[in-house]
Amino acid sequence: MENNDIIKVENRVYKKPELLREVHMHYCPGCSHGVVHKLVSEVIEELGLAEKAIGVSPVGCAVFAYNYIDIDWLEAAHGRATAMATAVKRLMPDKLVFTYQGDGDFAAIGTCESIHTCNRGESIAIIFINNAIYGMTGGQMAPTTLLGQKTATCPYGRRADLNGYPLSITPLLAQLDGTRYVTRQSVHTAANVRKTKAAIKKAFMNSMEGKGTSVVEVVSTCNTGWKLSPEKANQWMVENMFEKYPLGDLKDNDAKKD
Amino acid sequence: MAKIRGAVTVNTVRCKGCNLCVVACPCDVLALQPKEVNDRGYHYAYMAQPDKCIGCQSCALVCPDACIEVYRKVEQ
Amino acid sequence: MKGNEALAMAAIRYGADGYFGYPITPQSEVLEKLEEEMPWETTGMVVLQAESEVASINMVYAGASCGKAVFTSTSSPGFSLMQEGMSYMCASEVPALVINVMRGGPGLGTIHPSQADYFQACKGGGHGDYHPIVLAPASVQEMADFVALGWDLAFKYRCVSMILADGLIGQMMEKVVLPEQRPRRTEEEIRKQCPWAVMGRKDMRPANIITSLELDDDKMEENNHRFQATYREIEKNEVRCELVNTEGCDYLMVAFGSMARIAMKTMELAAEEGIKVGLVRPITLWPFPTKEIKEAAKNVKGILVPEMAAGQLIEDVKLAVECKVPVAHFDRLGGNVPAPDEILNALKNELIK
Repeated sequence: MENNDIIKVENRVYKKPELLREVHMHYCPGCSHGVVHKLVSEVIEELGLAEKAIGVSPVGCAVFAYNYIDIDWLEAAHGRATAMATAVKRLMPDKLVFTYQGDGDFAAIGTCESIHTCNRGESIAIIFINNAIYGMTGGQMAPTTLLGQKTATCPYGRRADLNGYPLSITPLLAQLDGTRYVTRQSVHTAANVRKTKAAIKKAFMNSMEGKGTSVVEVVSTCNTGWKLSPEKANQWMVENMFEKYPLGDLKDNDAKKD
Repeated sequence: MAKIRGAVTVNTVRCKGCNLCVVACPCDVLALQPKEVNDRGYHYAYMAQPDKCIGCQSCALVCPDACIEVYRKVEQ
Repeated sequence: MKGNEALAMAAIRYGADGYFGYPITPQSEVLEKLEEEMPWETTGMVVLQAESEVASINMVYAGASCGKAVFTSTSSPGFSLMQEGMSYMCASEVPALVINVMRGGPGLGTIHPSQADYFQACKGGGHGDYHPIVLAPASVQEMADFVALGWDLAFKYRCVSMILADGLIGQMMEKVVLPEQRPRRTEEEIRKQCPWAVMGRKDMRPANIITSLELDDDKMEENNHRFQATYREIEKNEVRCELVNTEGCDYLMVAFGSMARIAMKTMELAAEEGIKVGLVRPITLWPFPTKEIKEAAKNVKGILVPEMAAGQLIEDVKLAVECKVPVAHFDRLGGNVPAPDEILNALKNELIK
């Protein structure tokens, strides 16, 4: 059988989601953001929520998420995405409301809003990209930067005595009464991509059903910031990040029912 | 016995040659173009060994730029 | 009722969609009154005590981006925290209402009345070139009336309106006539009135995006020109001020808010002594009644600007009269409120001699 016999519309099993616009994304080659954007688009399509979805994009690499995923968006001030999402969901409870934030936005400058939004149990979904570095500003230390990890602002490696410890924020959020579902995933293999997609779907459904706050942390790579190839960055993530940020569900109130 | 045959297409304009699909492919189907580059100068991915493709979608799933479409057909 | 309570009641009656705020003296009665009234049970209005003023203003930013009638209230230190949000809202051209019931500063300062946030409100306290419309109520009735006026102007021009009151007006109790209850707008009505609003892509219309970011310098310059064109339009159409006894007066006072109320009494005291004093009370502090003041000052011997600030309003008065008339300053600071005779003495000492 020739390739031309296989490559026919009726045989297609995977394609770019329609909601992901036909534009060149500014992300570096191999960046995890692209995968997560794709998953967000797929889930919104599959749930049939394109007319109800409202995203809040952060300050950081994902600031231009609104140029890529073809839904209504708000672009927040640095760290304030969950405050904005709170208002949108309260004012329009029938909408799918989610934020898309990096580790600086969510776990440094926005920590106050992040914690209080989760604690109030706002029925929004939070997609939290943790790549342990500030990508957009050029590779500076993040709250989630690992001890010993080199960045532009800890060029000899992060030291606890100088820079404090890496912040693992999702376990804190899992303790709050307002959170419904808190999980930590990654997108470095096909199997992990499938799991992350399922997590995003659950988070979005929780938002629609008014069930409280869902947090999907995606442990990600920043190969440019880490100064590694995309492939090596995935390896480095597995070998170093997963120890501090182990994958899996941290909380799922719906699973407890069994 | 029926055999599953797969094939992929790569959007060579979007592809940034990150190589993650090549690594993800369990059957060594994909490779980056050794010489050819797209308008942005990236060595884009292509099916170097098309006969081996089983249409498993691993490459498409990990692709950050949603460049890959996957097709699958059962060979009688 | 109290001025602060009048704000809350007027907002519910306007058909407001949401309030997001954080308690701070001397304006906490706004949130207290709203919680007491439980408008979510009647009109469906959202009331939320946020974790900070920073969160509050960003909630307002979001609500305004959805075309909703949303507002917040705060006092001076809280308003300082909101400057980032003010700048973003103005840059995104969304209609919001922000209330500052001023107290004495700088810093944590006092909890008593002040007018020292005049510059911060009128000149754009955050980064970049922007202006909110600034309304200055001088009575509890105006506290109520300016809620509707503020929102109407904000929606008309897609801009931010402010009510700049002070602790005196906020805490003072007076009779007030509240407006009739209006229904909240439906989603369909908002979509029609605000086609730019972020409410989801109904019928798969093109996506709406509210952002203040534009990395292309030429486009950002274009945006700035558009903002400025709106401001010129507002300056042309929306100047409001009250003129009292300005015909044939020898001296003029320019004062706003509670200071204008006190100056009214000063005017009476002056008349008893045979001194003819008029008063210009700017109702919009921005746009500033430049022409009106210039006109009223044509034949006067001098102007006194009494403020609860160390010389802020006076700068705009001097610019208005192009320094052709002597302009004198009088202030009480740090939460102190002057008596009418203090102002009269200042007028005599500074201008009559």
